[in-house]
Amino acid sequence: MFSTTDTVIHPPGTATKEREPATYVWPAAGLTEVPDWIYTSQVIYDREVERIFHGSTWNYVALEAEIPKANDFVRSWIGPTPVVVARDADGSVHVFENRCAHRGVEFCRHSRGNNAEFVCPYHQWTYDMRGDLQGVPFRRGMKGEADSGMPRDFNPAQHGLHKMKVARRHGVVFASFDHDMEPLETYLGEEIVHDFDVLFKGRQLRILGYYRNELPGNWKLYHENLKDPYHATLLHSFLVTFGLMVAGSKSAMIADPSGRHGTMASAKPADVTKVVDASTASQMRAYRTDLKLEDPRFIDFVPEFDSPWTVTMQTIWPNLIVQRELNTLGVRQIVPNGPNSMIMNWTMFGFDTDTEEMTRHRLRQGNLMGPAGFLGLEDNEAIKFLQEGVRRSPTEVGILKLGGTTEGTATTLVTESAIRSMYRQYREVMGL
Amino acid sequence: MMIPGYEQTALDPRAALEARFEVEAFHASYCHMLDTGDLVNWVDFFDEECTYVVTGRENAEAGLPVGLIYAEGRGMIRDRAYAVKHTQMYAPRYMMHTVSNVLVLRASADEIRSVSNYLLLQTLVEGRTTIHQAGRYYDTFVRRAGALLIRERRCVYDSDLIANDLVFPV
Repeated sequence: MFSTTDTVIHPPGTATKEREPATYVWPAAGLTEVPDWIYTSQVIYDREVERIFHGSTWNYVALEAEIPKANDFVRSWIGPTPVVVARDADGSVHVFENRCAHRGVEFCRHSRGNNAEFVCPYHQWTYDMRGDLQGVPFRRGMKGEADSGMPRDFNPAQHGLHKMKVARRHGVVFASFDHDMEPLETYLGEEIVHDFDVLFKGRQLRILGYYRNELPGNWKLYHENLKDPYHATLLHSFLVTFGLMVAGSKSAMIADPSGRHGTMASAKPADVTKVVDASTASQMRAYRTDLKLEDPRFIDFVPEFDSPWTVTMQTIWPNLIVQRELNTLGVRQIVPNGPNSMIMNWTMFGFDTDTEEMTRHRLRQGNLMGPAGFLGLEDNEAIKFLQEGVRRSPTEVGILKLGGTTEGTATTLVTESAIRSMYRQYREVMGL
Repeated sequence: MMIPGYEQTALDPRAALEARFEVEAFHASYCHMLDTGDLVNWVDFFDEECTYVVTGRENAEAGLPVGLIYAEGRGMIRDRAYAVKHTQMYAPRYMMHTVSNVLVLRASADEIRSVSNYLLLQTLVEGRTTIHQAGRYYDTFVRRAGALLIRERRCVYDSDLIANDLVFPV
């Protein structure tokens, strides 16, 4: 079933490394070494929820295309915390905790829907689409009965749902627990905004559907995976063999100045055999000359963006992946689920201007990604293996020495510089 | 109706029973092929022109077209079979299908439509055997040289939250 139940030998909670170590001291080597306890410790996980997901970050919560009309809503998450994203009659978008202000009931149970008000099923407290408390049954009590109903000074304005600060950019909705949060654009930085806008600016999205999976690995490993172009050229036969991302092609690993966000970018060469020489090919087992497609349509690229890149995978700290892989487009929301697990919510989309054939092309190309995707399933397996390795072995550190001690943006794929910059800011925020 | 075209139609009881036996026999062969890992011959259960989609019930009910696996034509199915067999990286596992409640919706000399429940069990090395998917096959079969082939198979799973990934076809 899931990571919490399917491991028989040393299931989560039984490994020594999940207990609190004597001290949390980062290895003296600095960013070229990563201590395993950042992936396994409940203490560290709790601090991440408090300081990162509930701290000064913008968290992805929904696409506006999912809530196009007044009174539309979706269930979502900020870190592990359930929230509701709702559109009010005036078009504004509101995000609040999915927790009744009365007794704490998680009142919204449907993934999406449309209603003019939220009614908590337990005692019928009602809230409008802004999360403001509208009604409390028997607030004034039963007529003629003493000590009945709410006290006279009960003020509904003070008992609305816990609201988040909201930011929107080109149809993507973010929310923050921090009401003093800096503007989204400042938070992202201009490098990240640039490639984000290439995909979203001036477009009306058409939702094509959802995938959901539990991935039995620490949530940071998903960021690492997409800041790790080294693995992309080695693990994924489909990327390498068809030139979607391959050593020797034009590519970049872009980081924002803070180091927390990234864009892994690559340009598909017209002929992959021209960029992969014999020496490069011999180092990539995944480069498979025997892999020929009977139906090669699905790796076609239809130019539709003003960008030198055919692939950009953006990691937006702390919970969003923006996927532009040729013409298969989507966002992935990371929901951390304890140190050993995360939930991935995938929303795949096209544009409202797509022809029927373009939609089908995106659907065919969708076979690359997702929990059954030719790339996607390999990442999920690799991350699971990594989590099991760090959790069940007594060895204490992993190494990040590719590219030396460089940090941030790199133009080679054979580097771990963006992972190092991510951990520089992580250590600052976490006090590690 | 979750999937248009899969409504129950009036059927002659005897014809429905015959069609049901035929579909059950098809499921048994198809699942045997997948469960023994014979992906090469699994491809031959599909007609040249076919649709094969594996998707969550959430998408099917909302009419959203995306597929966890989405194949148009036998070429794409053969490509997936080759990739899973020869190029993909994943932990070893055994899969087992059990199919039940075969319900024939339409039956004519050259086409049968049916819906059937399936349970997909997964066994990882040193792991428990778990229910990986509880779902339904929405099938359109065509008759080719006397045998049924899949014109359309939509595997719609209730288990929306997938345990890590889906490596093998359903």
